[in-house]
Formats: sequence, C-alpha cells, structure tokens
Amino acid sequence: MTQAFRLENVGLINRNKKLSFKFNGKNYHGYEGDTLASALIANGVHLVGRSFKYHRPRGFFGAGVDEPYAIVQLYRNGETEPNIKATEQELFEGLEAKSVNCWPSVNFDIGAINNFLKIFLPAGFYYKTFMWPKSFWYKVYEPFIRKAAGLGVASIKHDKERYEHKYEYCDLLITGSGPSGLASAYAAAKNGARVILAEDKSRFGGTLLTSDVNIGNQSGKEWADGIISELKEMPNVTVKNRSQVFGYYDHNMLVMSERISDHLPETKKFHPKQRLWYIRAKEVLISSGSIERPIVFGNNDTPGVMLSSAAKEYLKVYGVLVGKNPLIFTNNDSGYETAIEFKKNGIDPVILDTRNDPNSEIIDEAKNLGIDIKFSYVVVAAQGYKKVKSADIAKISEDKEQLGKIENIKCDCICVSGFWTPTIHLASQSGNKSKFKEDIDAFIPGISKQNETTLGAANGVYTLDQTLKSSFETGQKLSKEITNNDNKISFPNVVEKKSTVHDKFWCVPLPKGKNYKRFLDFQNDVAVSDIEIALKEGYRSIEHVKRYTTLGMATDQGKTSNLNGLQLVSKIENKVVPAVGHTTFRPPYTPVSIGAIVGREVGKHSKPTRKSPMHTWHEKNNAVFVDAGVWLRPRYYKRGNENLFEASKREAKNVRTNVGVCDVTTLGKIDIKGPDAAELLNRVYTNAWLKLPVGKARYGVMLREDGIVMDDGTTTRISENHYHMTTTTAQAANVLSHLEYYLQLVWPELNVNVVSTTEQWAGAAIAGPKSRDLLQKLFPNSDVSNEGLPFMGYIEGDLFGVKAKIFRISFSGELAYEINVESDNGNFMWEKIMEVGQEFEIQPYGTEALSTLRIEMGHVAGSELDGRTIPYDNSLEGLLSKKKDFIGKRSLTRKAFTADDRQKIVGVVPLDKKTSIPEGSHLVKDSNAPLPNPKLGYISASCWSVEYDNPFSLAILKDGKNMIGEKLFVMSPLKNKVIPVEIVSSHYVDPKGERVRS
Amino acid sequence: MLHIKCPHCGMRSQNEFSYGGDATVKRPELGKEISDQEWNDFVYNRKSLRGKHWELWQHISGCRQWIKVERDTASHEIFKTLKADQEIS
Repeated sequence: MTQAFRLENVGLINRNKKLSFKFNGKNYHGYEGDTLASALIANGVHLVGRSFKYHRPRGFFGAGVDEPYAIVQLYRNGETEPNIKATEQELFEGLEAKSVNCWPSVNFDIGAINNFLKIFLPAGFYYKTFMWPKSFWYKVYEPFIRKAAGLGVASIKHDKERYEHKYEYCDLLITGSGPSGLASAYAAAKNGARVILAEDKSRFGGTLLTSDVNIGNQSGKEWADGIISELKEMPNVTVKNRSQVFGYYDHNMLVMSERISDHLPETKKFHPKQRLWYIRAKEVLISSGSIERPIVFGNNDTPGVMLSSAAKEYLKVYGVLVGKNPLIFTNNDSGYETAIEFKKNGIDPVILDTRNDPNSEIIDEAKNLGIDIKFSYVVVAAQGYKKVKSADIAKISEDKEQLGKIENIKCDCICVSGFWTPTIHLASQSGNKSKFKEDIDAFIPGISKQNETTLGAANGVYTLDQTLKSSFETGQKLSKEITNNDNKISFPNVVEKKSTVHDKFWCVPLPKGKNYKRFLDFQNDVAVSDIEIALKEGYRSIEHVKRYTTLGMATDQGKTSNLNGLQLVSKIENKVVPAVGHTTFRPPYTPVSIGAIVGREVGKHSKPTRKSPMHTWHEKNNAVFVDAGVWLRPRYYKRGNENLFEASKREAKNVRTNVGVCDVTTLGKIDIKGPDAAELLNRVYTNAWLKLPVGKARYGVMLREDGIVMDDGTTTRISENHYHMTTTTAQAANVLSHLEYYLQLVWPELNVNVVSTTEQWAGAAIAGPKSRDLLQKLFPNSDVSNEGLPFMGYIEGDLFGVKAKIFRISFSGELAYEINVESDNGNFMWEKIMEVGQEFEIQPYGTEALSTLRIEMGHVAGSELDGRTIPYDNSLEGLLSKKKDFIGKRSLTRKAFTADDRQKIVGVVPLDKKTSIPEGSHLVKDSNAPLPNPKLGYISASCWSVEYDNPFSLAILKDGKNMIGEKLFVMSPLKNKVIPVEIVSSHYVDPKGERVRS
Repeated sequence: MLHIKCPHCGMRSQNEFSYGGDATVKRPELGKEISDQEWNDFVYNRKSLRGKHWELWQHISGCRQWIKVERDTASHEIFKTLKADQEIS
C-alpha cells in the first residue's frame, strides 16, 4: 500500500525498514522512526477519535506531549494500555491501536448526537442536570455517564512487565536536549561536572531538528548530532532519550520516567519496560522549550486543524505532509517557516496573517518564494465534518473587532500559529513564582526558589543566538562553582533568519448570525461560550473556572489551552492576564504509568517477608500460615481434612490437657544494658522495677504520655546491669524508638544502651500440664522444679550442647515456659522439643489456638491494647505504682479516665452457648431500640472456649465493672446477627491463676 | 523528598528518617507537681507554625539517633541540624 502523504528523501526515518501496523482493524505501513501519528498521517488517516463530551471527530493537533486529541488504546504483546498519545508512541512491527471514546466505531459514533444537543450540554452540565431525583444517580445517570464519557479502558490483568526504580545523584540535571540543553550540558560536561541530560523524545536536538539555522557552518541537526555523540563518550555524562523529567520535588529531587521498551514490539529478556529515576541534582537546568499555542476560531477542532509547528515537524522529521492544500493561519513569523517548508517540497500554501504588512527576513523569504500571503486576514471557521474541506476567511479590521465579507477558500488542513508559550511546568513545581512577560504574552519563571535555572525558549528567549550564548554561559558558570574547573569553550557562529514581533491576537470574533463552537480546550470540549457561562454564573478564581468547566484538565493538562483560557477570562473580567494568574502546575508534567510508580514493589515484594528459623519445619508439617505484620506465622497445623476451627480447637485442647509448643520467635526482643537500666525500666513501665532480683522476670505495661497503653511484655533481669525485654510482635519497632527517644532526648543522664535482638533469638513456648516433665527431659542437668524454677523465674540451661535461656512465663495461662536459643539453633531446639515431647503427646500449636488460650484466660493482646484503652480498661490497674512516677502517669488523672462508668474489659457468653460472636460487633441494651441504637461496648476478640466447649468473647464495655451478670445483645449488622448474651468475668478459665504457679 | 543532614551520617534522603514532632517541647520533670493545663500543653497542645520550626527526626534506617532539625514548614528549607544533646540556639 502506498503512503500517499509521504515525501521522498525528506525526514529522519529509516526507509530501509518498513513496519506494518493495525489501526481500528485496518492494516497500514510505516517506517522505523515513525510515531503512530506520523505513520497514520502518511497514510492519509486523520480521523482518530471522538471528543470527550460532544463526540466530535478528532484528528491530530500536535506532534508531541501537548497532543490533546490523538489518544488511543494500544495493544502490545498480549497486553493493552489506555490513553496513549499517538504522537508519542513510536511505531513498531505489529503495533495495534484503536480509537477510544466512540461506539460503535470512530466513523459512526452514536454519541455524536451530543453534538446536536450541545445547547443542552453547557459548562457545569453534569452538576446541574444529574442532581435529581436522587435515586436516579446510581441507576441511570452514573452508568450512562460512565459509558458515554471517559477515555481508554485499563487492563484488569496482572501486568507481566517489570518496572524498576533507580536513585541517582548528579551535579547538573538538564531537562530537554534542544539548543539550550545541548549547549549547557556541553559546557558543564567540559568542566568535569556530573551531568544527566534527559530528552523526552527518541531523537535529541529539539527544535534544531526542524529549524532552518546554521551553527558553526553546520545545520542545526548536524551540530546537535555532533554534541550528542561527544557527550555520550564522556564518562561524567549520562545521556538519556525517551526520558521525561515529570516532577520537581523538595530539595532538588526530580523524578524522571524512562521508557525503555515501549517502542519495541516486546520487552527484551531481563529488561524492564520502564524505569523511574529519582535524581538528586545540585543544579537543575530547565531547557524544556515552548509549545505553540492555537488561535481560537469557529470549528477549530475539525480534524486537519493543527499547530503549524506540528505540521513542520511531521514534514521535516517524518517526511509526511499533513495536507496537500495547506492554509497557514498565523499571528507571527513561525507560520511562515512552516509555509516555506511546504513550498520547498512542491506544495503551495496560502498564508493568512492577522498582522497588517509586517516586515522581516522570514517574511521576505516567503514573498520571494512566491507564497500567497493575505495580510489582516483571519480564519472565521473551518468547514468539513470529519476533515477540513475548506475555510471561511475574512479580512479583519485594525481594532480586530470587525470582520469583512466572508470568503470560502478550499484547503485540506489549517496550520495555526498563535505564538509560543514557554514550558514553565518544572520551574513552577519547584516553587518558582512565575511572572508575566508582556512582549511574548506568556508567563516565564520568576525568582528561583530551589537550585534551578530556566534557559532558552522555556525562559521566553526565542532567538537561537541568545539562547546558545546564555546556555553556554550558565552551564559553564554553574559547573565551575561545583568542580572548580574553568574550560573555556569557543562560541560557534550562529546564522538564523530574523523575525519580527507577533500580533497579540488570539481569538477570532463570531460573524453576525453565526454560532460556531470556538474551542479553547480540545480534549475536554471547553468552548469560549462555556467560560462565558461560568463567569456569568459567578465563578471568578481561575482555579474555580478550571474545575467548573474542566478547562485544562485531563491527560494533556491544557498544554495548548491554558493561556487562551486566561486571555478570555481576563478579557471578560477586564483585567490583565497576570492579574487573573494561572492555575497551579503540579507533577506529573505528563502521564506516568502506575507500573513505573510502583516499580518492583508488587505482590509479595511490596513488603519484606520475615520467617522464623523454624519456618521450613512448619511448612513440612502442614502449617497454614498467616501474615502477622511482616512475619509469616503458623496459624494452625492441618491434619487430614481439618478446617481452621477444628484444628485450632484440637491444638488448644491439647495444651490444656497435655503439652503444646508454639513458635514465639516473632516477639520483639530488646537487650538493655547499663548501670541505670533498672531506673529506665522503672520510668517506662507502670509498675516497680528497682527491686527485681537477678534471675527473675516481671510482666510490665508501658504507656504513652497520654495515658494510653502502648505495649506489654515481660522483662527479665539476666544479670546485675543486663535485662532482656520482650514486646509484642506488632510494637517491637515502636518500643525501641520509644526507649531511644527517652534515652537520647529526655533523660540523657541515664547510662543505658538498648539494641534490638529480635532476630538473634529463636523462641519456643511449651505450655500445658506436662510442660515441666518435658522441660526436665530437655534439660536433665537443670533444676526445673517449682522451687528451682518458680513462676516468673529464669535460668540458663544446656539443651543437648546448645546454650538456652529458660523463662517460666505464660501467655496461655497454663504451666508454661519459653525457651530461647540463638537463631541458628532454632530448628535444632524445635526438633528436640518435638522428639522428646512425643511421650507427652506434644502437638505444635499456631496463632489461632494461641488466641483461644489467651482469650479464655482473659489475657489482653493487640485487639484490646488497640491505642484507645488505658490500664483500667484492661483490668491492669493493679500494675500502676502509686509510689513512683512513670511515663503517662499524670494523664491517668484525666476526668474521662477516672469516670465511674469508665469502660472495662468483660467476658461475653451467648445465652444459647452455641452461637459464635463476630469480632467487632456492638453490645446494646435493647436490640429493638430505634437507630442509632446506643452502643455500650464492642467485642474485641472471640474464640471457642476449649475449657467449656462454648463460644466466649472479650469485650470492652461501658461501666464494665458493674455489668457482670447483665443480659445484653450483641449486634452485628455486617453479619446480620443479633445474639442475646450474658456478661461474665473476663477471666473465664482459672480466674485465680493457679495453673501458672502449679 | 527532603534531604536531611544527619549530624552523625551526613546528607541522607527523607525515607531513612521518621518524624518525631516539635523539638522545643520539654517533658516536665518526673514526680513534679504540675497543673492540668501545663500537662495538657506538654501532651497535646502544639503550635501549627508556618515558617521556621525546630523538630525532631529519628534516623531509623541509619544510626538510629534522634536529631533536631530546623525546617521551614512552608518551603521545606532546612537551615540547621543538631545532635540530640545539642541545645537549640
């Protein structure tokens, strides 16, 4: 198939490599080096989508990141990606893309009926129309809007691609490889600075690829190629194409997304698809150039109306004609450059210039080439539906208010140039407050806030000579300050055609009796009339106007529409543009894929997984694991067809009757040493610690300064100045920071050191009436009798040649011990316990049985110590020392904490002794009371009591101390349950605690 | 992301640190009789300053030292960092 709009011998594409691709099901050809957009235009395809609101036909408007129209659904290697700009997507063999926002097809789109209803779809239409009746929102309006509006469709499949993150430091980060980027990078690199030069496109050079200039007797492109290849050779320089610096954050941290594989049919093995760079730069040079802005006229969204710079880029870079009968509509000299390129390639353009007989070298060249130029002329409206067929043009008066007689002129494209808008987004993100530059009618960066400098067109400098000079100087000066090198570079001779001033004209008035839509924002269908309505309705702040009309929103973020929007608001409001101000530029500058942001932190990689040294044993013995913070812990050990309920009941029962063993390695452990260690404990725990003898453990509770319980655990005095503290699994890190805080900042006079030893010790709890017999067999040389190792006692022992710490402490409420050995010996310890324990009918038990055991004993854990309870609430008030001060003590005198009916922990049993009580349910007095039913408390933890073989729960209940024996209702609207219950003591089993001391 | 100069380790990225609140708050001495108001001020009441602010950070993924950082809460500029035992001047 021939590419009817492709020129021969023009462009930077590789004509030796033909690529086939599919668009909307039809096959086409392009060349290596094409974008999807350039390849489609080469094939004469201009209808690529439908607009957001009115479903009007959409073509191509730009040739890069500013593109508001050509958004496609891309299919690549079995995956699909929505909202890809055809102007950015490089062509690859087998590429497939489809139009979005049209149904059933882009040629026949039912939604286009909105176009005829547009009188009913003004600004704020959704807010006004879909308000009532309320019930219609979910059933009618929302599904309708969802189907009618919106862009592409996100894949719901797991993304097979890999995305990486990289952290980098440099002296100078330079964003954009146009003339200013190249010059500053070159000067800085020659001074030995570490430079990163980032270019968004695949080709380096920016405007040098399309402009007719001469630098040091070379064409712009040749000069750019020379600089780039020299930079690539330098070890202190990183040159990256396909890399967009999209965000400027605090302390000169910038983020760049590098598209490594998006231009290939599939990602190479071991390569990521994209890489996100976090770059900390000493200096940032913003050389992001400028974006041409449109002039507003009737039906200016018709396919075939596009930026004149884009037309030039398609021609010079891709060898593609956007039309064969072009009309150039301009208010400045840039339009002439495009016209000249057309003319040089055998196409006869017509130029409409809003100015009255301007003079410059560029205009003279156009005249000399015999180009038809009409001065003081404007395009009133484009004609044609799916493609421009002609234009209504007219002479315009000196004051730009009156249109002359309307003439119709045949054309197949209208290339618009309304002058240039500096790309100040990055500078603005850095905190730089922009200022308005009158002579270019646009904002440029003001005073630098961070270490950033904006160069060239991005700074409103539009001549090459000036741009190169200032960029060389800036690159040289900044790098010299960093490296102290001072390599002088000779400045090349620059030849460029001189241009004259532009006309500050931006919007063509409506002719009498015509009501053409004149669009400001092309992606969101925001027309002049929409802004007028918003202002009439009282919206004043530009931020409000933006949100009400959606001007400048969506994937292009108004790169071509923002300034014209401001012009309109300032005109209606009779203000100057800087008084209206612009909306805030926020990162990202261009859309970034979610995959790149997430990087490798997906699935199991999203957080570390910690396993105890006995993990493999658990796996081999049918453990079913549960996430406990970052730890994996056995929840239960499955036997045969057992479910969770049956297995945990069996395991818990075996602890109560024989002996069980539980992996408690995950408990936080902190080693505390120093002469003032006892004093520290005395201050952080609520009970007394100064008289704890060596070889004894004590249970302690620590509070936050606001009196809320922070954590609990046992701490053992190993020797005179050495303690071993345990914390709950969840709070281990917080408790360590808490101790460090007080030691470093509040009481630096205390001579104590703390260090986490959680991972250094493997722990096994053996619990049950037969645990002492088992312990004696494990440690035949130690005295583990009730006298030799009493409750809360501590000894060191020899476990078949391995040094072990033995603590007589109990969480299960049974006679129990915890054995700690160095982590490397954990598995050895575990296997020995299982082996020796066989004769005592030992079974391992998981966290589910562990919970059952502690709940029916009324021992509190994380679900009660939930950051909302004080010691009294957990019946821990007996642990509050009256003799000494401790962290948080003063807060306990607060009125609410001492109220008579203060909440307190209780036990809850269903009256029928059968119905399980869902955790999180509420306790109420009357289950039939009108809503909202006053809540008296909540269920914190539930289990099936193995002691009594019925359900049992713990609850935090208002006035809990006086509620024992009361009958209440448990209500769980989520589970649709109402359960009559009786309130009992939280100590359901062995309330006197005799077993632990037996 | 902030770049914080740990007085012990040098310039490090914010993600190595955790924030610890106002550094100018002094904990009342243990055992000292104080009014409810004074205690409330210590536990709860903080100024939400715009501008220079001395605050605590802990270098949790580094040396684990608590440090004092003088930061502008609006611009995020960091002026000075001190070790835990150095007095704010």
